[in-house]
Amino acid sequence: MASVIYDEKSRRIAAEMVAAETRQIAQREAQECDCKDGMFPRSPASRRRFLFATGSAASLAGSTAALAQKAPPGAVYFDAPADPTKELGRAVAADGGYGSRSQFETEVRTRFPTANEYTSWSFTPLDKMVGNLTASGLHFERHHGGIPTIDPANHSLVVHGMVGTAKKFSIADLKRFPSVTRKHFIECSGNGLTEWNKPTLKTVQGTHGLLSTSEWTGVQFATIAREVGLKDGSSWVLAEGADAAVMTRSIPIEKMLKDALLVYGQNGEAIRPEQGYPLRLLLPGYEGNTHIKWLRRLEVSDKPFMTREETSKYTDLLANGKARQFSMEMEAKSVITFPSGEMTLPGPGFYNVSGLAWSGRGRVQSVDVSVDGGQSWRPAQLNVTPESVCTVRFSYPWMWDGKAAILQSRCTDETGYIQPTLKQLIAIRGSHGPFGSIYHLNAIQSWAIDETGSVANVHA
Amino acid sequence: MFTPKHMLQAAGILVAVSVAAAASPALAQNQDHYGLGTPIGPQELAKYSAIPADGTGLPPGSGTAAAGAKVFADSCAACHGDKGQGNPAKGVGGDRLLGGRGTLASDTPIKTVESYWPYATTLFDYVKRAMPFNAPGTLSDNDVYAVVAYILSEAKIIKPTDTMNATTLPKVTMPNLYVFNQY
Ligand code: HEC
Repeated sequence: MASVIYDEKSRRIAAEMVAAETRQIAQREAQECDCKDGMFPRSPASRRRFLFATGSAASLAGSTAALAQKAPPGAVYFDAPADPTKELGRAVAADGGYGSRSQFETEVRTRFPTANEYTSWSFTPLDKMVGNLTASGLHFERHHGGIPTIDPANHSLVVHGMVGTAKKFSIADLKRFPSVTRKHFIECSGNGLTEWNKPTLKTVQGTHGLLSTSEWTGVQFATIAREVGLKDGSSWVLAEGADAAVMTRSIPIEKMLKDALLVYGQNGEAIRPEQGYPLRLLLPGYEGNTHIKWLRRLEVSDKPFMTREETSKYTDLLANGKARQFSMEMEAKSVITFPSGEMTLPGPGFYNVSGLAWSGRGRVQSVDVSVDGGQSWRPAQLNVTPESVCTVRFSYPWMWDGKAAILQSRCTDETGYIQPTLKQLIAIRGSHGPFGSIYHLNAIQSWAIDETGSVANVHA
Repeated sequence: MFTPKHMLQAAGILVAVSVAAAASPALAQNQDHYGLGTPIGPQELAKYSAIPADGTGLPPGSGTAAAGAKVFADSCAACHGDKGQGNPAKGVGGDRLLGGRGTLASDTPIKTVESYWPYATTLFDYVKRAMPFNAPGTLSDNDVYAVVAYILSEAKIIKPTDTMNATTLPKVTMPNLYVFNQY
């Protein structure tokens, strides 16, 4: 297969991602505890040793400070009684009125270790996720100047440029407008950028973790456009964030009026700071970078602004040295999250194969699963009702005979587009033109299972 | 004026909006508006800027490479290297800004301001909004013009004696002005 060309910086990024994932897997194995035991023990001996060591340390230390350190991020540590039916539990509202996750749940976003930790990104642990929505605290991140702390009382959205009346809207103003609530995924167009030429990262968190789904609540841009009035010839809107990067992207007005949302709600509560608190632009199906967080300004214009993010970054370098811009739509894609890379199936028998499918162009129509590397396909069950530009959790009942197998999933969206193989994708786009790019990899993912039950990322 | 109603109709969402209108008492009084938000004028808008390729919105002021060399040494070199070669060190990670010309069509493309950026106005816009990385938005407009002139001059895109200002900057032709997309 022709290989896709990586520029100098992307090559370095890919190499560093491999090193980082290796460190994370080692760390994760050390953190496994007996509570996680069951289907996928990788190295039970070392995990038991670790559990014993921390158990005895805790009983010696005794102080709450030392105990608190044992709770994973987002959890609070409590002693677990041998029999919870023989003593009272914790008092109602003793948590101050805001709950936390169980101390036995350890999944976390993992940061890609860019040199500078203020411009970096973190991956959603898709392999540990259940259901269709991403927990707000596990939603993937990409920040270019850190996460700002913004008091909503001091934040407003300015809408100006080619409008009838330039206006400023406080967060309270925005909440008074009619609102909509919709579930949408956001995916970074760099999701999978390491995977073009050879299987590179080991886990689905690394290969696909720049994908998350939330229920978002906010105002349609169309409502605000009506409030300020658009002038003849309006064709692009600049969206600007209130972070240290003062992030900007230009968005076609057709997209803004079709389905752009100015969201202040995520999964039933205020949007998280890492996701743009108190206000974010949500552009269903567009690459993640365009969903400007900490949104403070919309400037209506008759042309794009050619910001750094839409020229230096997020452009597709072509064979002739020119580049394609504004390739913003995320095509149909799917991935099996169980079983996936670095897991081990304990033996032949029944497995509920499961994964996620999504399309930036509309609803997921159907998902097929293959257990023989794409030679034959069977329909998967969709576990949720497909919604427009939202992930779908799918599953496929599988009786493993203990022989080597290659698992794949394939998404078809409502436009009739079928998720391509990597070979097909590169044949269409070219490796270094006509449309070659390290961005926008939406090919079918293959997981190989060998006779020992070990699962690995492969190109098939 | 292209009315919003017109626009919404074009986008096919008129139905949703008229349902909202019927349900809203505010709209019963004023068919077009909810009456929310505060009008703002040029004074309040002056603190914002975004500079498209034609240079609209470039502020007054100017700078030359000579003045820019000092700005670069003081405020940029620590992270981008004294020759704009980049600094991948831990805690820094400043991009390479210079060189890479002629590599884009090769198997080892190097993307920099010099080799890849299509518009000089983007450099002004980006440095003014986001650099220096650890103190964004602190340079004066003259210093931004100067450091932009320095980078463009080091990249041999302009002459060392050229002055960058609101008139000259949009006229600079970058080596990789890609005409692939016309917007
Ligand atoms: C503290 C370190 C630091 C300093 C000081 C700094 N930069 Fe940067 N610069 C960065 C980082 C980090 C990035 C990448 C930002 C991102 O990831 O979005 C960057 C990005 C850039 C880019 C975009 C490069 C590209 O290819 O997209 C330009 C241009 C730039 N800086 C110019 C400057 C100038 C001019 C100065 C001095 C006025 C300066 N920087 C000072 C760290 C720094």
